[in-house]
Amino acid sequence: MITFTINDQKVTAKKGWTVLETAREYGIEIPTLCHHPAVKPSGACRLCMVELKEKNWSKLVASCIYPVAEGINVYTETPRVHNVRRWILEMLLASCPASPEISALAQAHGVVSTRFKIHDPSQTCMICGLCQRICEEVVGLSAIAVVDRGVHKKVGSPFMRPTDVCVACGCCLTVCPTGAMKDIFDTVRGEPKMPLTQLAM
Amino acid sequence: MHDHALAEQSDALRLRSLDDLNRLRKQILDKRDPDQPEIVVCHGTGCLANGSADVSAAIRSALDASGIEAKVVPGIKTTGCQGFCSHGPLVVIRPRGIFYQKVKPKDAKEIIEKTIVQGDVVKRLLYKNPTDGEKILHEQDIPFYKRQTRVVLHNIGKIDPTDISDTIASGGYQALAKALTTMTPEQVVQEIETSGLRGRGGAGFPTGRKWRSALTAIEKKGRPVYVVVNGDEGDPGAFMDRTIMEGDPHAVLEGLILGAYALGANQGYLYVRAEYPLAIKHLTIAMEQARAYGLLGDNILNSGFSFDARINRGAGAFVCGESTALFTSIEGNPGNPRPKYVRSVEEGLWGRPTVLNNVETWANIPLIVNKGGDWYAKIGVPHSTGTKVFSLVGKVNNVGLVEVPMGVPLSTIVEDIGGGVPGGAPFKAVQTGGPSGGCIPYELKDTPVDFDSLTKAGSMMGSGAMIVMDNRDCVVDVGRYFLRFLEEESCGKCMPCRLGLSRMREILDNFSEGKGSEKDIEDLLSLSKAIQDSALCALGSSAPNPVLTTLKYFKDEYLAHVTRQKCPAGVCKNLITYSIDPELCTGCTSCAKQCPVGCIEGEKKKPHAIDTGLCIRCGICMDTCKFNAVNVI
Repeated sequence: MITFTINDQKVTAKKGWTVLETAREYGIEIPTLCHHPAVKPSGACRLCMVELKEKNWSKLVASCIYPVAEGINVYTETPRVHNVRRWILEMLLASCPASPEISALAQAHGVVSTRFKIHDPSQTCMICGLCQRICEEVVGLSAIAVVDRGVHKKVGSPFMRPTDVCVACGCCLTVCPTGAMKDIFDTVRGEPKMPLTQLAM
Repeated sequence: MHDHALAEQSDALRLRSLDDLNRLRKQILDKRDPDQPEIVVCHGTGCLANGSADVSAAIRSALDASGIEAKVVPGIKTTGCQGFCSHGPLVVIRPRGIFYQKVKPKDAKEIIEKTIVQGDVVKRLLYKNPTDGEKILHEQDIPFYKRQTRVVLHNIGKIDPTDISDTIASGGYQALAKALTTMTPEQVVQEIETSGLRGRGGAGFPTGRKWRSALTAIEKKGRPVYVVVNGDEGDPGAFMDRTIMEGDPHAVLEGLILGAYALGANQGYLYVRAEYPLAIKHLTIAMEQARAYGLLGDNILNSGFSFDARINRGAGAFVCGESTALFTSIEGNPGNPRPKYVRSVEEGLWGRPTVLNNVETWANIPLIVNKGGDWYAKIGVPHSTGTKVFSLVGKVNNVGLVEVPMGVPLSTIVEDIGGGVPGGAPFKAVQTGGPSGGCIPYELKDTPVDFDSLTKAGSMMGSGAMIVMDNRDCVVDVGRYFLRFLEEESCGKCMPCRLGLSRMREILDNFSEGKGSEKDIEDLLSLSKAIQDSALCALGSSAPNPVLTTLKYFKDEYLAHVTRQKCPAGVCKNLITYSIDPELCTGCTSCAKQCPVGCIEGEKKKPHAIDTGLCIRCGICMDTCKFNAVNVI
């Protein structure tokens, strides 16, 4: 067992656990968007940042991927952590304005408005990549891809062409944190190779 | 003599010991006549772009046509980048070291007739010292070269990078032979530790310590272990690594093989960006030749040590220079970085212990093994040993490649070697370290250029790009430029980087349009802090640096944009108006002739005026005017 502290509270974790897993075990709230227990963590949304402190030294790490270590001091509610959370939520409000889930999460953290320009009022997808990961890791297919990079990054099917790899299992729909997948889903799906009824048998 | 001939002779060529190598070296040197004139034409990318391929072809045919019946026929050699790019194409006549610049194909005949046959000098092709107007005959007397210490670049400009015999003649692979025959892997690591060499990729992590921790990781996890060259140089304005790969590919390769020997690796990778076709070509040739000579591949120099390497081409993504993204890319996936809470030396390529070093770092290794870590540690300053290669670009007279010992003042590089800003004004700032670095203002021109001093000034060494700026460069515009670059080049996986950089750029866009307030500057600082704290990899976490340093040193200029709606540098188009000073205007009409929209009017020999309603603020009038009569208000 590994012993360390979260918010000055002594906690114990099994070897190989992450900080987030330990915090959840103890009921300590850390907000996340791209985290899902069914898939490996990817550390993309950065909402789960926590501060590690050691005397005068401190740094921020993503709790969903940071492996626990003996004696570390984790803080989940410091000014630096709040600064990161506030900015990410405010930027998400501007880029996914149509997602009630994002609005609710932001509101829960005291972010009710955004100072940034809204480019697409109907956008809900925040490109966390959870749909792609669940399709690849759990379903075992790669019908969903995160294509392009930087500001041009988007979620779709490989090469942005409807794909017959999709078996319409709906896993992506259930894990999507913002409900964006229901709009993307039809652009991903092509004509299935075999009738879905046959697949079910 | 490449490809076929080499493959057929491969067994005959194969070197089986240090003696073999020395014998071959002696053979090559014996065949050479030290008095034989050699016409060296720079075939670096800069000179090639200026037409040096035509120059070397013209010299070749002029030489053939001249029918020289001298005792020794002059040789022609094409080399990698000699560094003085702004004066290319460059031609050097050795052994006298006569330095010709800006040579055109039509000069070829004269060079052969005068310099080679008669031993005279073609005066008009000599470099003219801008300070006293004196023509300089020899390469080593030109201020640009005189103040440099060429250690890593010592071969470039002297050897033909596509011919291994040139490399061997100049001492290439001696370090490898020495290590394989007289040193244990542990001793090689110790030499690197003694040298104090720090990684030339940017962060300046001590190379010896990296290798040592890889050895520790190997003890725990076993082999295989990989060695990788990071040749994905992508910083705007940087071309050091390219030059080394193009001009002295064997040095990089030898360094890599030495690293592999030290760590017990049998496979290596050279990750080179696809935008460097010449570097890829020269490295490919170098690897073929090294294999043929038994310096790469199975049982190198009959030592029992086997190592081979392959080239992976990066598909043009800046982020793939980041270590974990680079590994992901070699593994065949999109180049997204992964969290680095476990270091690459423990879990790198294919999840195995991996040592990744940049091109320049690898090129330093043979020198250290050859001459010893102590020799290397004496160059430079205590915590930044050795030399550093910089690419000097922007508003500077001598654009090119510069190598100096660590710790020289910034002004030595920019003013003494670089010749200062055209027009003679002091530089405004020097952007070092590319998008991850920052701007150092003129007031800090005496800052020693080493890892720690640059970091203290808010910038960083980075890969070594230096972009010189003058008072016509706007800091807001500079910030926008780097942010625009990075928001496109970010992998887009983590939100602070993908969303934050765009939003920072939008704030700066507002500034350049005269919108925004002082509150926005506070927001910019706070958002920068959030991005630095939370981005997944170093691309994101260092991206705010150019904005933060310019805010630190040039806050007034930001304030001028937001509070007075003025761009003091005269760059942000929405905030400037051009006008002609009637006192200074001579009515020469040249600005009116150049103006693309015809908004300048006036009679000849009488002051002209600009119709600001029509003006598109392109600035051609200001660049054209010889009398400084055009102003920005």
